Amino acid sequence: MSLKKVHEDQPKDFKFNSENLKKVEEIFKRYPEKNKKSAVMPLLYLAQKQNDNWIPLAAMKYIANYLSIPYMSVYEVATFYTMYNLAPVGKHFIQVCTTTPCLIRGADKIVKLCKEKISPNENEISKQGSCSWMEVECLGACVSAPMVQVNDDYYEDLDEKSTKDILESLIKDKPLKPGSYRGRKNTAPEQKLNTKGENHA
Amino acid sequence: MLKKEDKIFKNLYNELGWDIESSLKRDDWKNTKDLISKGREWIINEVKTSELRGRGGAGFSTGLKWSFAPKEVGSRPHYLVINADESEPGTCKDRDILRFEPQKLIEGCLIAGFAVNAHICYIYIRGEYLNEGKRLQKAIDQAYEKKYLGKNACGSGWDFDIHIHFGAGAYICGEETALLESIEGNKGQPRLKPPFPALVGLYGCPTIVNNVETIAVVPTILRRGGKWFSSIGKPKNTGTKIFCISGNVNSPCNVEEEMGIPLKELIEKHAGGVVGGWENLQAVIPGGSSMPLLPKKICDTITMDFDSLIENKSGLGTAGIVVINKDQDIVECMARIARFYKHESCGQCTPCREGSGWMWRILDRVVKRKATYGDVELLSDVTKQIEGHTICAFGEGSAWPVQGLLRHFRKEVESRCREEPLIKKKLNNPYLVDQHLLENKNA
Repeated sequence: MSLKKVHEDQPKDFKFNSENLKKVEEIFKRYPEKNKKSAVMPLLYLAQKQNDNWIPLAAMKYIANYLSIPYMSVYEVATFYTMYNLAPVGKHFIQVCTTTPCLIRGADKIVKLCKEKISPNENEISKQGSCSWMEVECLGACVSAPMVQVNDDYYEDLDEKSTKDILESLIKDKPLKPGSYRGRKNTAPEQKLNTKGENHA
Repeated sequence: MLKKEDKIFKNLYNELGWDIESSLKRDDWKNTKDLISKGREWIINEVKTSELRGRGGAGFSTGLKWSFAPKEVGSRPHYLVINADESEPGTCKDRDILRFEPQKLIEGCLIAGFAVNAHICYIYIRGEYLNEGKRLQKAIDQAYEKKYLGKNACGSGWDFDIHIHFGAGAYICGEETALLESIEGNKGQPRLKPPFPALVGLYGCPTIVNNVETIAVVPTILRRGGKWFSSIGKPKNTGTKIFCISGNVNSPCNVEEEMGIPLKELIEKHAGGVVGGWENLQAVIPGGSSMPLLPKKICDTITMDFDSLIENKSGLGTAGIVVINKDQDIVECMARIARFYKHESCGQCTPCREGSGWMWRILDRVVKRKATYGDVELLSDVTKQIEGHTICAFGEGSAWPVQGLLRHFRKEVESRCREEPLIKKKLNNPYLVDQHLLENKNA
């Protein structure tokens, strides 16, 4: 099981802004009327987006009140799923996939680069550029390994040089384009074969 | 080798465009109304004739699953749920269907929904696939505009709505009952079966849960006939399948091929061969990380279908093929998979929650050359204590890869262990709590 800790400095208040309140009404329409609890996951996403990509305890209490369910049932959902950040993350939040298919294509080198360029520890906001990074489990782009996810976008087919470029662009706050960094079209087999496997990271 | 005209997913690499106009050119939504007007019985029978087996990992007959749904709608509505929570390491086929062939999935949802009496369909997409989910939402909106969904969907007289529900990074939500719990707004912890979701599922109502690929092939099967589909591949392992080939190959890719294709042909023809040549192959994980690995000797001749892989004590699973060559440390690769399962265990059943941690720690000791011979026995024992003692199949999924490692690479594992068991040396070892008892002869 994964271990998740709640941040020490918690804001006192949380409220959805008017734009999100409209979205909440849209979300409620998806589920049967008596099963409003289903909306807890989309609502947590909204709260996370509104609050600089992390969820404070105040937001959980607010959502629990909003849905008229116990605070604990929101808290257990927020702590169970790994994509809900319970502590602040960088403006550019880099998630490095290190599960076996990426590992054998050289994901450990990407982790090393993140340690050098961003911060020596995971989940630590960098001094320059407001980035943070963490190791995650399989992100489901195994044929494009190794890869990283920055906020919502996938950067695929990386090697050491392209990773360096991407990380530096993030530190400068001018992110490069997501997608394949070996110039291939989605998940199609490449025509130019690299028999020595030099295109590994 | 699959013929070009028999390919179902013609736009797997987005060469033809994903939007609805391009999809219509590829015959999506061509005669959906006629197909539906032939009735439930015909649809389910045609799917049964095609011998389509679920593409999500278990390989259960799809037609049979649909026939489990109650024939008449009682007081509770029926639901159709699509499992797009693709998180199995080595697998990324559903992502391409969501991105590039969304109309096939949406049309399949309508037909399957009609066949199991469901008016509402939920598509559960893993949270990381946010962009793919947005793309699917656009495709759904386009289908609504064309009146293929909504009231009287596609002129069939059947009302049908599709909603997307995003997960939030839990592998276990790919298990069907955990997925239903997650849609209901709870922690993703699997339920005891029976009752099966076909009778008591989402919100306590009859629910059919299917994988993305399974549903997306249904319209083509109905259009071209179940007999056509069952003529491809091997008996009882029919049709086409998207294989994801990753790891130490020269050009990793997703490719649609017929079932029962030899593994060697698949790797050499489509993925450009193993890095360093076929002789450099060490092992292959044939069906996503939870299936036991196969050593090179078996890989030489094995064919990729459900039954022949089961004969070799592995499984087709999701057909995510991870190729590992001799440059890699096989124990480290499997230790990383064990860490994955330790991280993703939902924590409900003790054997899995604790055992997955034990397996990772022992394998980690082996990688660091700190293990003893006794540890190998212990590891084998732990895997057997997890297997079959948990609510869902996650227990097997975490134990099988380790068992596969011990079955085929036991010598490799033992060669890294220390000669003398720690007990004989009476070392102050942190792993042995009852150290003082060793002094006592009767202990």
